Amino acid sequence: MSTRDVTDATFEAEVLKNEKTIMVDFWAEWCGPCRAVSPILDAIASEHPDKLEIVKLNVDHNPETAMKYQITSIPAMKVFRGGEVVKTVIGAKPKPALEADLAEFLA
Amino acid sequence: MRHVIIIGSGPAGYTAAIYAARANLAPLVIASSVEFGGELMKTTEVENFPGFPEGIMGPDLMTRMQQQAERFGAEIVYDDVVSLELDGPVKAVTLGNGDRHKAHAVIYATGSAYRKLGLPDEERLSGYGVSWCATCDGAFFRQKTVAVIGGGDSAMEEATFLTRFVDKVYLIHRSESFRASAAMLDRATADPKIEFIMNARVEQIFGADLVSGIGIVDTVTGEQRTLDVSGVFVAIGADPRTHLVHGVLELTEQGTIAVEGRSSRTSLPGVFAAGDVVDPTYKQAITAAGSGTVAALDAQHYLETVHDASRTAAAAV
Repeated sequence: MSTRDVTDATFEAEVLKNEKTIMVDFWAEWCGPCRAVSPILDAIASEHPDKLEIVKLNVDHNPETAMKYQITSIPAMKVFRGGEVVKTVIGAKPKPALEADLAEFLA
Repeated sequence: MRHVIIIGSGPAGYTAAIYAARANLAPLVIASSVEFGGELMKTTEVENFPGFPEGIMGPDLMTRMQQQAERFGAEIVYDDVVSLELDGPVKAVTLGNGDRHKAHAVIYATGSAYRKLGLPDEERLSGYGVSWCATCDGAFFRQKTVAVIGGGDSAMEEATFLTRFVDKVYLIHRSESFRASAAMLDRATADPKIEFIMNARVEQIFGADLVSGIGIVDTVTGEQRTLDVSGVFVAIGADPRTHLVHGVLELTEQGTIAVEGRSSRTSLPGVFAAGDVVDPTYKQAITAAGSGTVAALDAQHYLETVHDASRTAAAAV
């Protein structure tokens, strides 16, 4: 299962107003580490379908949201709950390391 | 049981894989889960790899090496090694997903890891203005002022690359002499957006949520000053990635894996090392590739010896 995209236009409805815990992966085409971590995020999302939804936001196409969240390094993964950022993970990491970072949302 | 397992997927690992695969050794390459392709995955134009007169993008070069290795039968696994058993005739490699692979020989080509400045706020501001990858993060600093720390090729490349986006780059280097190649240094020196500050050491990184500046000190006069920058790109070199073999393989004073003469033979039979993890000096894609070749040929020779010995032993029974 591949994670779906959110945009500047859909961010509020899909992420901020989402009743569930949702993680946004800020990424770009030209970012090698983003491409490396992408399949790992897909795997984590599909292994925990009820716990954590993961969506992607392309920072080149959606500069407004990227700027709002002061993204200066990608991949940046931000977990949102009730419209607030409750966790930020920066940089591509191996699956076990990411799972450890996100443990509280996957349990 | 495998003939050979190659750990690492930079120019050394993939070149070793090409040679080992062509020798019908069906190598297994442990490529890493997020750092496969190695350091060149984070670079843009590679202009000094022979055979590419127009230059080639680092990630494209690594993809080609990977495809070339796969074409001859190398198997590539995108996972990380968590532990190793290297003594004894059968080597075992355990991966992050729990899989355990065995082989008669191991080629260790894990490269090196970026060095940190070692400043108190560096870790906290990592990803919030402190970066080790201009190609990943440079675009977020449009019309800003940033600092690049370092005096080697990677510092020059980062500084030059960043001028695409930023208004100004301070290139901060602790001495007056540069390790960087003349071509890279000349390009950076000629760039009007780059200001060189030499004999300077970074003492502090400032910023509450995002980097706002750095404190530097002149190593000659002791004069301290603050530079307002939104980004700090650290390019002060890299250390050989040997944590998995500490106390197992002999290391050199420089921290690289010790090898015998011009060979790739480590202190343990059947374990070979190649690339930046054995090289404190040159650290080029092409020298790593050459070193990968040496390791594959050494491993091939070792496997033939082991094979002959076991046949002789079997015949004697």
